[in-house]
Amino acid sequence: MTTTPINAPAASPASPKKLVFPKASFSILYGDRIYAAITFLASLSIFGIIVWLAVQLSQASGASIHKFGWSYITQSNWDETKDIYGILPYIFGTLYSSFLALLIAVPISIGSAVFLSELAPKWLRTPMTFLIELLAAIPSVVYGLWGIFVMLPWLKTHVMNPISHAHPHNKFALWIFDVFFSGNPYGPSMLAAGLILSIMVIPFITAVTRDILKAIPRSQREGSYALGATQWETISQVVFPYAKSGIVGAVMLGLGRALGETMAVTMLIGNQSPGTPTGISFSLFQPGYTMASALANKFTEAAQGINTSALAEIGLVLFFVTIVVNMAARLLVFYTAKDVAGGK
Amino acid sequence: MVNNTTTVKPHRSNVTQRKIANRIMLTLCMLASVAAVTVLGLVLFFLISKGFSSINVNFFTQLPNHVDEKAGGMSQSIYGTLVLLGLASVIGLPLGILGGIYQLEAKGKFASAVRFFTDVLNGIPSIVIGIFVYAVWVAPIAKLHPGTGYSAFAGGFALGIMMIPTIMRTTEEILKLVPFSMREASLGLGATRWRTMWSVVLPSARGGVITGIMLALARIAGETAPLLFTILGNEFFVTHKVYGIKVPTLTAPIDALPLRIYNYATAVDPEQQRMAWAGAVVLITLILVLSIAARAATRGKVLEEK
Repeated sequence: MTTTPINAPAASPASPKKLVFPKASFSILYGDRIYAAITFLASLSIFGIIVWLAVQLSQASGASIHKFGWSYITQSNWDETKDIYGILPYIFGTLYSSFLALLIAVPISIGSAVFLSELAPKWLRTPMTFLIELLAAIPSVVYGLWGIFVMLPWLKTHVMNPISHAHPHNKFALWIFDVFFSGNPYGPSMLAAGLILSIMVIPFITAVTRDILKAIPRSQREGSYALGATQWETISQVVFPYAKSGIVGAVMLGLGRALGETMAVTMLIGNQSPGTPTGISFSLFQPGYTMASALANKFTEAAQGINTSALAEIGLVLFFVTIVVNMAARLLVFYTAKDVAGGK
Repeated sequence: MVNNTTTVKPHRSNVTQRKIANRIMLTLCMLASVAAVTVLGLVLFFLISKGFSSINVNFFTQLPNHVDEKAGGMSQSIYGTLVLLGLASVIGLPLGILGGIYQLEAKGKFASAVRFFTDVLNGIPSIVIGIFVYAVWVAPIAKLHPGTGYSAFAGGFALGIMMIPTIMRTTEEILKLVPFSMREASLGLGATRWRTMWSVVLPSARGGVITGIMLALARIAGETAPLLFTILGNEFFVTHKVYGIKVPTLTAPIDALPLRIYNYATAVDPEQQRMAWAGAVVLITLILVLSIAARAATRGKVLEEK
């Protein structure tokens, strides 16, 4: 308890004899110690939960770790009938869908953050910020619902069908077609999952980036303007370099969200392996799996024993991946904010 | 570089180019934020246009009716969501608020480590919390008593864990806004630290703390992934009597609004899909009311100072 500076209870009887001090009550003598202890224990719950998560998940997936070892993450087979489990396609699906999401979300988020912190007139800032934050308040399952009944039909008729009916002539276009647009445009696909994920991470990246841009000292901008730079030159050549690592941190926070997002992705990605032998396909039109969607989808039909254990191991892998990404992101954001504050 | 002896040539064309580039990029930034807001508008528009018409009194008072979906409702899901929020608060509120107080009072390396890991825990996907609670609660109970395990308790536990970091962070942020001089005055009068916190800081930050709680509730109200592993869902009320009063059976499976929406949205029956939209409208209304009320209460305090 040495970390909490607590006033020692001042109950010294060293006073003239005539004055009679009331005896210090229990709450004065020990209240602060109890207070310190209780709040300390409450804050320890954070570590407790993280450690408990790691221990419990490793225990639950023990059988699977023991049986498959590293082949669990390098194998592409997930076969309940033969009890062989490998999650390579799910790892790929998670990374690919998150990458697609960031590809769309990063420019939009950084653009919005710049607009909100630098360009927007004062009266517009608070409502716009609020509206973009509301995007984060909408639950994943509602995005999924909207995705299934609004976005998918639209994507199918206006994006996927026209593209798959086009006949490219030169070689390069053909290659692009083969890699990214092969397969039938049924609807549920990597593209849909990536799009919905991008919508879901935009508010997170925007909020953190905006906070970081706001923390950058005015003097930096004023110096740049004084040298005759335009507003965009100031933003791109003075503000961005200053905020670089913080923005990278913000993007990684978004990545952390995208990696673990479950419901909306489960509803839109199709939950089918693409028709390739490895279960890995770069095609945007092919269905797929992410780790989270596979876990949510296969869980209801899982048999006890090694099957459940293999599913728990997906949770374990996801736990470690997101914890590493989040720690790195937080450190980047933390040190940028510190640097920025130090440079003031 | 500019030398006094040479005349500086004005690069007029370059200036125009730079101005144009400036205009284009700034416009793109504006369009980016317009795009984000447009998406929000699209989501809300379709929610209302597809779901609003299916909401009626039955929706709030009836159980699902698979013969005639129109006459049925989702009363058990709404009730389940409220029960789960209550259970989650029992775990999340005390730990979250006390932890937040600790983060405010304590300085030093350990305190910043707590702060750091609070953020990290916040970023752990909800589905991981779900499978964790399944492994720690549902599976062992199911082993002891086959056929049981999925319960309101397990769901509340999972949501409670998710609530802790959110409440910790907001509590700390809000307690920080209470002027330090007030605490000094109280301590100067001889009050102990806990008395200062209880009688001076907390009362003046009450509104803010409640805001934090509402935001946390809004966040977990829409969580579905952990519930898949913990509550199973059902289509009726499970109650038992304690001293003649009906109380919810917390050791039995329970339903929740987001879970019901998920089940109906992935169903093939168009009537059920219609009900999913209606459920989504109710859920989003609950969440928006919570978060808008929270923001309105602290407007000019938290938002601007951030």
